[in-house]
Amino acid sequence: MRTAFAAAPAALLATLLATLLAAGPALAAGDMGAADKQAVNPIAIAMFLAFVGATLGITYWAARRTRSASDFYTAGGGISGFQNGLAIAGDYMSAATLLGLSSLVYLTGFDGMAYTVSFFVGWPIILFLMAERLRNLGRFTFADIASYRLDQSKVRTFAAMGSLTVVCCYLVVQMVGAGQLIKLLFGLDYAVAVVLVGVLMVIYVTFGGMIATTWVQIIKACLMLGGGLLLLFLVMLHFGFSLEAVAAGALESHKNGAGILGPGSLLADPVSTVSLSLGLVFGTAALPHIMMRFFTVPNAREARKSVFVASGLIGMFFLVVCILGMAAISIVGTDPRFFEGGVVGGKLVGGNNMPLMHLAQAMGGDLLLGFMSAVAFATILAVVAGLALAGASAIAHDLYARVIRKGKATEAEEMRVSRLSSLALGVVGVVLGILFEKQNVAFLVGLTFGIAASANFPVLILSMYWKGLTTRGALWGGLAGLVSAVTLVVLSKTVWVAVIGYDAPIFPYEHPALFSMTLAFLVTIVVSRLDTSARAKAEIAAYDDQYVRSQTGIGAAAASAH
Amino acid sequence: MSDPVYRRVRENPKFRELVRRRGRLALTLSLIVLVSYYALMMAVAFAPDALRTPIAQGSAISIGFPLSAVVIIVSWLLTGVYSYFANGAFEDLNNEIVAESGQ
Repeated sequence: MRTAFAAAPAALLATLLATLLAAGPALAAGDMGAADKQAVNPIAIAMFLAFVGATLGITYWAARRTRSASDFYTAGGGISGFQNGLAIAGDYMSAATLLGLSSLVYLTGFDGMAYTVSFFVGWPIILFLMAERLRNLGRFTFADIASYRLDQSKVRTFAAMGSLTVVCCYLVVQMVGAGQLIKLLFGLDYAVAVVLVGVLMVIYVTFGGMIATTWVQIIKACLMLGGGLLLLFLVMLHFGFSLEAVAAGALESHKNGAGILGPGSLLADPVSTVSLSLGLVFGTAALPHIMMRFFTVPNAREARKSVFVASGLIGMFFLVVCILGMAAISIVGTDPRFFEGGVVGGKLVGGNNMPLMHLAQAMGGDLLLGFMSAVAFATILAVVAGLALAGASAIAHDLYARVIRKGKATEAEEMRVSRLSSLALGVVGVVLGILFEKQNVAFLVGLTFGIAASANFPVLILSMYWKGLTTRGALWGGLAGLVSAVTLVVLSKTVWVAVIGYDAPIFPYEHPALFSMTLAFLVTIVVSRLDTSARAKAEIAAYDDQYVRSQTGIGAAAASAH
Repeated sequence: MSDPVYRRVRENPKFRELVRRRGRLALTLSLIVLVSYYALMMAVAFAPDALRTPIAQGSAISIGFPLSAVVIIVSWLLTGVYSYFANGAFEDLNNEIVAESGQ
């Protein structure tokens, strides 16, 4: 395993961080992109076709139930807490968590586990601080909440643009990742794979809206959990149901030996770690497609229940993934057929993201590999469908219906625009996905979470919690967060070194959140305080009513009573 | 300017009680999660050797793994605690407030 683990810690960190956040970046970073197209895998394709057939059937069924804008954006608020919990889990557990986290544990042992924890702790915080207020204040989009008592056109426009930027960055990342992964697992052409993902995404969203998207996510979550648990069962069978044996096997096979039992170099710098975790925790909380899921349940009660279910499933799955990663160290890491040229310790076939797929092959042969490949594909589809819907709602509901038409658009017009928007987003996703095939898109991941945590999150949380927030404060603060997040990402290694080609980054950390989010909060608060206009006074006065609604849901029930 | 329904709710002592008690629960639980998570992260940065201690004599598993798992499991259990109270006693209180708001 010498060369696989011999990579300089910094390079490892760069690749793995990126992989963790989305399917794409590490793949595009060259690791997997360089890998040859695999032979066509008939089992994987058959299983995938079964998934597509089932989801298209559901889309047809959902299309007949999608009559109003509320049906389209939020499934009419008719999703139960348990269903929504599954859908959130399906939305959050991307191909990156499946492949990236397991490969991180495979490569680094304990560091991977500590990372996994970082990906999880945002969920309880979302529940305690945000879930009920999100549900009680929001109707269709995050901009509904941010602009609740502030200037409708200005704050809504800014919030919608923030959502769209995040959605587009993340969509491109997913598309590039999808193309690379599918090329590798299914033996399809990159461009064919990207177009396929784009077409299916547009069909789900345009015809089936949130109802179809939700069910795609639910089915995918069940498949992924089922596949993960099956693999866990086979692995535990192999090790005589002893975690001790899993760990002992890993210790014996890993090049670092006992090094994998404790922290390595990945999390050694506290500033970097804190910045990363702030971005993950609060960026996740402000991702438009995640927030949107809170509007699909009828009330705050169901919203809470859905986070309880989602975090239980996500937590369980993460622990399973950690055990699988540890098991892969001895099972995959010592088997010559998983290394290029059969050299154990050389380059893994398919690149560093593949340990889990190889583990599936080792434990369950082509059948299980085919199944897990289909799950990975389904995962990408579920995530991009959620993204497209969030983007379409920002364009149609916020920009078109509220800002351009000032609320005078009919529901039919708004729905037509939202369908056209999802089509447009599909085209943008496919075109950019193909253009970025050979690019390093790691910076887009930094941008996605950086912008979500720095431009969207501070405005969102302060609008719900701080009476003193004014329109001027929200705009200047949001802008400060946006500009600083983008600037810091450009000056960091992912753009300055990897894209532009300088030797050393100006900004030493990969994730800007610690700095850009702090700046956004400071600017928002200072500008709001200095704002003594009459409008600011009215906005501050309006907080009291908003507060009652956010706590009790009075007034919110009407919004979902469709 | 304030809506009379919202004003009535604000003046309802039950509303103040709900907000105070639910808010305190949310804050306490958030602190438990954040403190335990950042304690783990600080141990990673400043006391890495402590995390390498085996869980038992001769065991291949170090204490870091179960500790990390505990942070995940406890955080999840706390979401259960919050949901139990917020969807139970606090939801009843909330329903009373809504009923009394005369909406």
